[in-house]
Amino acid sequence: MNNKPDLRFKLVDALLLIMMALPVALGWFLKVAFVTPSEGIQITGASVFFTVHLPIQDLPVSEAQVNSWIVIISLFFLCLYITHGIRANVYTRRAVMAEWAVELVEGLVKSNMGEFFAGMAPFVAAILALSAFSSLMSLIGLFSPTSDLNIVAGWAILVFILITYYKMKCGPLHYLKSFAEPVPFLAPLNIISEVATPISMAFRHYGNILSGAVISVLVAEGLAGLSHILFGWLPGALGDFPFLRIGIPAVLSIYFDVFSGCLQAFIFAMLTMLYIGGAFSLEDYLARKKAKAKTKKA
Amino acid sequence: MLELAIGIILGGCALGAGCAMIAGIGPGIGEGNAVAKACEAIGRQPESRSAVTTTMLMGCAVAETTGLYALVIAILLIFVAPGRFVDILLSAIS
Repeated sequence: MNNKPDLRFKLVDALLLIMMALPVALGWFLKVAFVTPSEGIQITGASVFFTVHLPIQDLPVSEAQVNSWIVIISLFFLCLYITHGIRANVYTRRAVMAEWAVELVEGLVKSNMGEFFAGMAPFVAAILALSAFSSLMSLIGLFSPTSDLNIVAGWAILVFILITYYKMKCGPLHYLKSFAEPVPFLAPLNIISEVATPISMAFRHYGNILSGAVISVLVAEGLAGLSHILFGWLPGALGDFPFLRIGIPAVLSIYFDVFSGCLQAFIFAMLTMLYIGGAFSLEDYLARKKAKAKTKKA
Repeated sequence: MLELAIGIILGGCALGAGCAMIAGIGPGIGEGNAVAKACEAIGRQPESRSAVTTTMLMGCAVAETTGLYALVIAILLIFVAPGRFVDILLSAIS
């Protein structure tokens, strides 16, 4: 078997790459076609493309939802592209990249949640990749879905359901009893702290990304005003051109878009692992399983 | 008279947003403490650098929560609340 890729392989590669880039191009097109540009400071939420009329409540389809679907589809084809033509013991650049990503997440899951949760790795990887790429979307000029509370709250609620599921795994009675610890009259506080978990997770992620976006807009606007004061005496169009906007906001962007986005993705995934891992004790589960088997036999 | 009432609403919202961000002091001090202790720990045991850094980032993220609650409230007060309050005022007058 020769290692030279044949024409068919290359064609499929090109198709996957095109499918990866197509959603992003669609996002740019939608932004250019439907979002009205404005002069000066504009800090608004996601703009609504259209509204679907439903019997109970109208469903507005906003930029955040469309962009998060763009991320999902692009990531899907990125995964297909990376794993395309992967074979055992043949180390191409792509195979090494795929292996690195899988081993990274599996190592994280195993060291934070234990061997029992090794099957959780794809879920954690999905959250990590979705969150990171959603935040990085602002680098290519699109609205980043994570600066909309609805998207992040959806992920947080999903994690909350998983936490509750793993708490229930040791039996519903065991779950209810956990609210009355250490003393029964602290139950309201326990319930509040239970509900606060998804809220704080969603607010943490969304607040960090949104505050970065707001500060970037304010700084860009301030620099435009400052350069108007400094260079306003230049003749003609030169006087109106915001010179200070060249390059300086990029320094902030490195922190707010790249560093903060990746860090928040890591923290969200880390908290997911810690909360789910902490909700479940293997000893209780095994004891319950044993007790159940005993009653079945008797 | 209506202008004055709307002015008071806008001023109150802006003032409230500013007051809410006083909460930024807490996470600042807390995260500063956490990073200082992490630096000390790395200085004592340079080989445990990666574990200490990961734990520190997690701690910082959790310590940041109260500050972010304040941030969310400030953002709501600036971008959402004025319109709401003006609507309430107008509907109360008419």
